Amino acid sequence: MVNTKADKEKIYEYLREIVDPEIPVLSIMDMGIVRDLILHDDEVEVVITPTYTGCPAMDMISMQIRMHLSSYGFPKNKVTMVLSPAWTTEWMTEEGKKKLKAYGIAPPNPRQQGCDEKLFAEAEAVQCPHCDSWHTHRVSEFGSTACKALYQCDDCKEPFDHFKCH
Amino acid sequence: MTPLIKYLLHLADNTLILSQRNSEWCGHGPVLEQDIAITNISLDLLGQARNLYSYAATLIGGEATEDSLAYLRKEREFRNCLLVEQPNGDWAQTILRQYCFSQYQYALYQELLNSKDPQLAAIVEKSIKEVAYHLRWSSEWVIRLGDGTEESHRRMLKAIEELWAYTGELFEAADYEKDLQQEGIAADLEKIKQEWQLKTEAIFAEATLPMPRNVFVQTGGKQGIHTEQLGFILTELQYMQRAYPGAKW
Ligand SMILES: [Zn+2]
Repeated sequence: MVNTKADKEKIYEYLREIVDPEIPVLSIMDMGIVRDLILHDDEVEVVITPTYTGCPAMDMISMQIRMHLSSYGFPKNKVTMVLSPAWTTEWMTEEGKKKLKAYGIAPPNPRQQGCDEKLFAEAEAVQCPHCDSWHTHRVSEFGSTACKALYQCDDCKEPFDHFKCH
Repeated sequence: MTPLIKYLLHLADNTLILSQRNSEWCGHGPVLEQDIAITNISLDLLGQARNLYSYAATLIGGEATEDSLAYLRKEREFRNCLLVEQPNGDWAQTILRQYCFSQYQYALYQELLNSKDPQLAAIVEKSIKEVAYHLRWSSEWVIRLGDGTEESHRRMLKAIEELWAYTGELFEAADYEKDLQQEGIAADLEKIKQEWQLKTEAIFAEATLPMPRNVFVQTGGKQGIHTEQLGFILTELQYMQRAYPGAKW
């Protein structure tokens, strides 16, 4: 395989087609979990990092990357998992945040709030992804998956998931 | 078995067994949101266990995998603290167990961020944000129940009575911890104990709960000597792999 920049960009494009199985509007590139792409002489190595340690989507994502690259003509490929530096929602792309909102999930706020040890802290202000109101309240700090909290809008009354800061 | 492998198994067993205990609440939580919370915590702990077991397995080599370490070791080979194997009891007992463990784990992981073992430090760096969440959640619940109704306060007192004898073991260094502490890989448990007591006194004061003094300390878990509870937990946890060796989804 020729180790050129063009090849890398091509592969990044392929990786952009792989989505998070639990949030199918976000690609793994949008999530910021692809940390590196290494072109060895005869092998493609994709370095990824987990969002949460117990995230069950990671095994599936690894498998999808491998199958996807094989189907694009890179049968010799491997996925390596790194833990440090630890993933943070700050690595999510702006485009990814827009896609999340359009999907009905409030994206993580640009500046991290409410991640400290302070007890009974006021819930983070989160904008309703349906009607844009900031008049919302947190129903539960833990939601349908490890990365989300449950909110409800006080104006349109819709419940919604918030991708919490991490 | 090297001290590092023993230490990794100790850390991993703590998180696996507490994860298994918390997961018993699945579908039985007092309200839906808290059912989700405790099972989310369970999932985080399981994730930590997987990272620690995987790392231990690479050091052990041969046929060892994260699965063989979780599913095929016997009771006496588990090195978890006695605290995490104690039964769920009522919500107060589960909350207190989680609080005591999370406060300890948070202080411990803050120290282990500087561990001279880079892979252990990386696992800890990945996990500590989740632990901060568990600590905040369980601290709030200790205060809510302690400073709640007469009934919730009474139940917290009972939980303290049930569990306190098992908290001291968290801070008693096993031989492998002492060895690794000298090498800068494991943490100084004396320092963690002071931090834990200081923070717990503050939380208990806010929760209007008395801080027990001079309680008998029950130990053994770190060396594989467990209470009768662990056998039952492993019977359930390991059943499938014992009955159908190598079974896959
Ligand atoms: Zn709304």
